[in-house]
Amino acid sequence: MAHGHNSKEKVVYVGDSRIVKRNASNIPADYTAYPGKSEAFIPNFLLKEWMVGVVALVGFLVLTIAHPAPLGFQADPTNAAFIPMPDWYFLFMYQLLKYPYVSGDFVVLGTVGIPGLAFGALLLAPFLDTGKERRFYRRPIATSLMLLSLIACIYLTKVSWDHYQHQLEVTNTIPEHILREEQAREAHEAGLPRPNPSAEPAPIVAADDPAMDLMNTATCLACHATDLTGQGNAPGLRGIGDKLSHEEIAEIITNGTDNGMPAFADRLSAEEIDQIAGWLALQKTSAE
Amino acid sequence: MFKGIYNWIDERLDITPMWRDVADHEVPEHVNPAHHFSAFVYCFGGLTFFITVIQILSGMFLTMYYVPDIINAYASVDYLQHKVAFGAIVRGMHHWGASLVIVMMFLHTLRVFFTGSYKAPREMNWVVGMLIFFIMLGLGLTGYLLPWDNKAYFATKVTLSIAESVPYIGPYIATLINGGEVVGAQTLTRFFAIHVFFLPGALLALLAAHFFMIRKQGISGPL
Repeated sequence: MAHGHNSKEKVVYVGDSRIVKRNASNIPADYTAYPGKSEAFIPNFLLKEWMVGVVALVGFLVLTIAHPAPLGFQADPTNAAFIPMPDWYFLFMYQLLKYPYVSGDFVVLGTVGIPGLAFGALLLAPFLDTGKERRFYRRPIATSLMLLSLIACIYLTKVSWDHYQHQLEVTNTIPEHILREEQAREAHEAGLPRPNPSAEPAPIVAADDPAMDLMNTATCLACHATDLTGQGNAPGLRGIGDKLSHEEIAEIITNGTDNGMPAFADRLSAEEIDQIAGWLALQKTSAE
Repeated sequence: MFKGIYNWIDERLDITPMWRDVADHEVPEHVNPAHHFSAFVYCFGGLTFFITVIQILSGMFLTMYYVPDIINAYASVDYLQHKVAFGAIVRGMHHWGASLVIVMMFLHTLRVFFTGSYKAPREMNWVVGMLIFFIMLGLGLTGYLLPWDNKAYFATKVTLSIAESVPYIGPYIATLINGGEVVGAQTLTRFFAIHVFFLPGALLALLAAHFFMIRKQGISGPL
């Protein structure tokens, strides 16, 4: 061994490595050296933190089970009716950009000016607020600026959310993830498999039926799409016979629905409605 | 026996200073809720990290099924949500965790702000913390597109139009993150790469710096 314990070298290594044989004075003091009721991080404090963490985790799991993560319908770039909505923590920015003096000609103020000032000030807070005082009630400027920004953010978020709810109401829109959940529940209650939006749509049954031409002239296809797969808020009609009977379809065509389907009672004769409804009722996934 | 193993490793790698720093360091009385209940405000940083770990773990499991292309992305998320065992829970945790981590980080930021803990000598740690905040917002923004449903698609279109309105560099930024003229196949793969590789890499580096500094400087003293 090149370096035994009897070596006269000043630096003593472990074996032939470059790890210096421990010099006890270099080790930081452990927690017992600190004043007051200090305790060790591992395991004492970490165990307590873990217990709090477990309670939080259970709450978190309950939330995920009670409210499954939302999923709407597949992205359709041609959907012009969709109301865009960012995640909730961006709403204050989204709302800010709707005000006249920070949009249009002044949009730079809204996209760079105000957020840049706010986030820049937050980023550089230690260099702007250089006093030694730490208690917030002795730092009126920093504290009031922060409280003001907080109130502004909460207010903007609330206004944005209310506006979104209002838009949904005005346009009679149900958010897609809720619509999907409802469709899944209805299918479940009717004993049908869960509707799978990513599956191939059911084929059109008896596509050469004169009812198809009638649907075109009656502008059904303008909303429900020429291939009957639906678009925007108008549902696809392929396989509709699985869900609705002849009479139910006739009822919807005649009187419309609350979800945006207009009534056709004054545009189509009862025979025409009956013909279309009868043909649509034939649209079953299981049909040969 | 553990003592023996520890001593054996310590003799070779000199891990005691590191172990003291990581595990045996002090938790001062004024941040310990067991002694002062109001000290729970000091827990938000730890909870943020806890949820971040959950995000990383659940995200790793999600990538086992998720396919980042515009044909399959939506279908793979749908499959994950409805067909994969516990898929709804893993995706649910990732979805709600994204919001929770923002909430916890926000509360942590407010605690540090109102206790004046960002003041000298901890300025650098505050700046690093704010950078972590921005990274988290970036993760939220890029992750929002990945399910490729209408909500994701149109929110991203709005984001890109906002980025584009920044003077001079806006169009370049928009093209860079968009990967082309329209929100489409390129955008999805770019957002996926940013969400899964670039930002988490930056996040881990910044977290390491954040923790290194807090260990070096200790928790700010009582008010």
